[in-house]
Amino acid sequence: MRFRAKIADIGCLNHFTRMINTIAKLTKTCTLRLTVDKLYFILSDKVANGGVGMWCELSQGNFFDEFQMEGVAAEHNEIYLELTPENLSRALKTAQNAKAVKIKLTNKNCPCLTVAVELPSLSSSSRVVTHDIPVGVIPRKLWKDFREPAVPDFDVSIYLPVLKTMKNIVERMKNLSDSIVMEANLNGDMNLKIETELVSVTTHFKELGNPPWVSENGSQGSTQERDPESMVEARIDIKKLLQLLAGQQVNPTKALCNIVSKRIVHFILLHDDVSLQYFIPALA
Amino acid sequence: MKCIVTGGNVKALGKAVHSLSRIGDEVYIEPLQEGLSLRAVNASRSAYACFLFAPLFFQHYVPVESKSVPDAGPVRCKVLMKSFLTVFRSLSLLEKTVEKCLISLRFCASMLRVQLHCRYGVVKTHDLSFQECESLQAVFDTEQCTHTLRAPPRLLVDAVVHFPLTLAEVTMGASPGGKVSFRSYLEEETEAGRTMVTELCLSEDEFQVFHVKQETQVTFCLKEFRGLLSFAESSNLPLNIHFDIPGRPAIFTLEDPLLEVHLVLATLSEPDSHSSQMTSCTPKAVASAYDFTSDDIDAYMIAMETTCAGTEGASPSPSPTFPTPHASSDTEDLDSDPEGTVPGTPPQKKFRSLFFGSVLNQSQTLMYPGSGQEVLAEDSEGES
Repeated sequence: MRFRAKIADIGCLNHFTRMINTIAKLTKTCTLRLTVDKLYFILSDKVANGGVGMWCELSQGNFFDEFQMEGVAAEHNEIYLELTPENLSRALKTAQNAKAVKIKLTNKNCPCLTVAVELPSLSSSSRVVTHDIPVGVIPRKLWKDFREPAVPDFDVSIYLPVLKTMKNIVERMKNLSDSIVMEANLNGDMNLKIETELVSVTTHFKELGNPPWVSENGSQGSTQERDPESMVEARIDIKKLLQLLAGQQVNPTKALCNIVSKRIVHFILLHDDVSLQYFIPALA
Repeated sequence: MKCIVTGGNVKALGKAVHSLSRIGDEVYIEPLQEGLSLRAVNASRSAYACFLFAPLFFQHYVPVESKSVPDAGPVRCKVLMKSFLTVFRSLSLLEKTVEKCLISLRFCASMLRVQLHCRYGVVKTHDLSFQECESLQAVFDTEQCTHTLRAPPRLLVDAVVHFPLTLAEVTMGASPGGKVSFRSYLEEETEAGRTMVTELCLSEDEFQVFHVKQETQVTFCLKEFRGLLSFAESSNLPLNIHFDIPGRPAIFTLEDPLLEVHLVLATLSEPDSHSSQMTSCTPKAVASAYDFTSDDIDAYMIAMETTCAGTEGASPSPSPTFPTPHASSDTEDLDSDPEGTVPGTPPQKKFRSLFFGSVLNQSQTLMYPGSGQEVLAEDSEGES
């Protein structure tokens, strides 16, 4: 099992740092899956995680100048690691004006993801800072827990408004209520609602647009028969929604969400080479 | 005692107080012929700092009032750090508005008066109650330290910035080969395997003085060191680091015609006994830092089972406070301390209180007629 990668371009480094920061804001621990051409940051939707799931996919070619990996065996050429993204985020924070950053899988008393940062210095040789981030190696028999989640059989799919606007609204709503109702229809309308004994607040968004989903398995069926005006809703934990909106450091080119009535809200954020999916289960 | 500080020196004084506030809860003020000294020591007596401002630092400096009682002896006092820091809280405000700072010790009123003369004729007067006390003097000698480093403060600030603020201690390693490394110090068992370890290497040519006779590693507290660095950076004075074998104090000094600063930090004794993990992976880590440019791919087969570090029995550590009064020789006491090296005890307990031995032993009868407890009681009364 080997892994070694290098980033030399400052733009790529900043982009990668922002991605890691975003992930660190979403979850305390996650699984890092490495394949020959992609990196995945995964949080499986177990009850222990409050039913929240995350799937983030990065093409290594868009970030790394060098990327070498070798899995346990040729036919299973992958590596699965348990990682605290906060540590990686902290390590990269010290690399802001780095000349190059290397990330390696090493064995130092415990398995580590070693981040070596080459910094400019006043002397002839450059200064090197290394961060050894302890990781857990996930054995092959557990890999099946980390499959890509299927797009749920949603009732409504809708583009999201500018995330910053949404964040500002949800932030204020958070002071009033613990849960928020997200509802949307096929006419491009979305409402964010909170209802408490004392107050009801609703923010209406119009003409957001509904993304066209190509039918594969008949999931479109239920969507097409639906009355475009009728709202589909799911009540979710407002803190989890805010975590996603506030932690955003990558300005996505496309952001949408799929709502399964009273069951789950599935967010998809796309930014050319990166996709982040986030699942928030509906509250009972 | 009376002194007047003007101009940019007010800010320097403020910075010094901020730096001292990282160390102790009380500031010891002692007007001496050679200048005004401000000192602090931490609760576990493992860190001590002394700022000595030469008479030239002041516009006006009178250490002893002529009409003071003749046999009152030298004047010394301590005030609560919190109240003293309040006076100098905002450094930017000090810089912008304060034109003159007047400090006077008024024994008749038992008050330390700090007056800030600000712009537009505003005068802020702070009267702080003080307690008389004995001189606080750590026992150390930079001459006895085998190794010396001198570096511009910026270099060390840049090095320390990579470590998380939550990190308590850092291990500094130096080798005659011309490398200085800083590495996170982790307590074994509890943190190993979960906490990120950061290491940084600096090369000899970034230092102004590099006297390292043999490879040495010392571990000391980061918080106090950061405090001094921030002062050193603002005054742009090169920082001298004197250190010796592990367990002996590391002494950090700044020197200027107007100002002398000493920070003495206890170091953990016996680096090779505090954790089998540390010693086993240190050489490896150093190597990885050096071979940054080499392009060989590390082939490590990851061991799936967690390696368990040696579990030596932990016995209670000695009291981190005063050394026993009947200790025959302080230096002997420092060097031979089997209990101080017990692994797995909280960090401050592992630091030996190294510096107060001889002063306490010499003046013990004067200062502490009874036990240490009585002194504590005396302190709390004075605050009322």
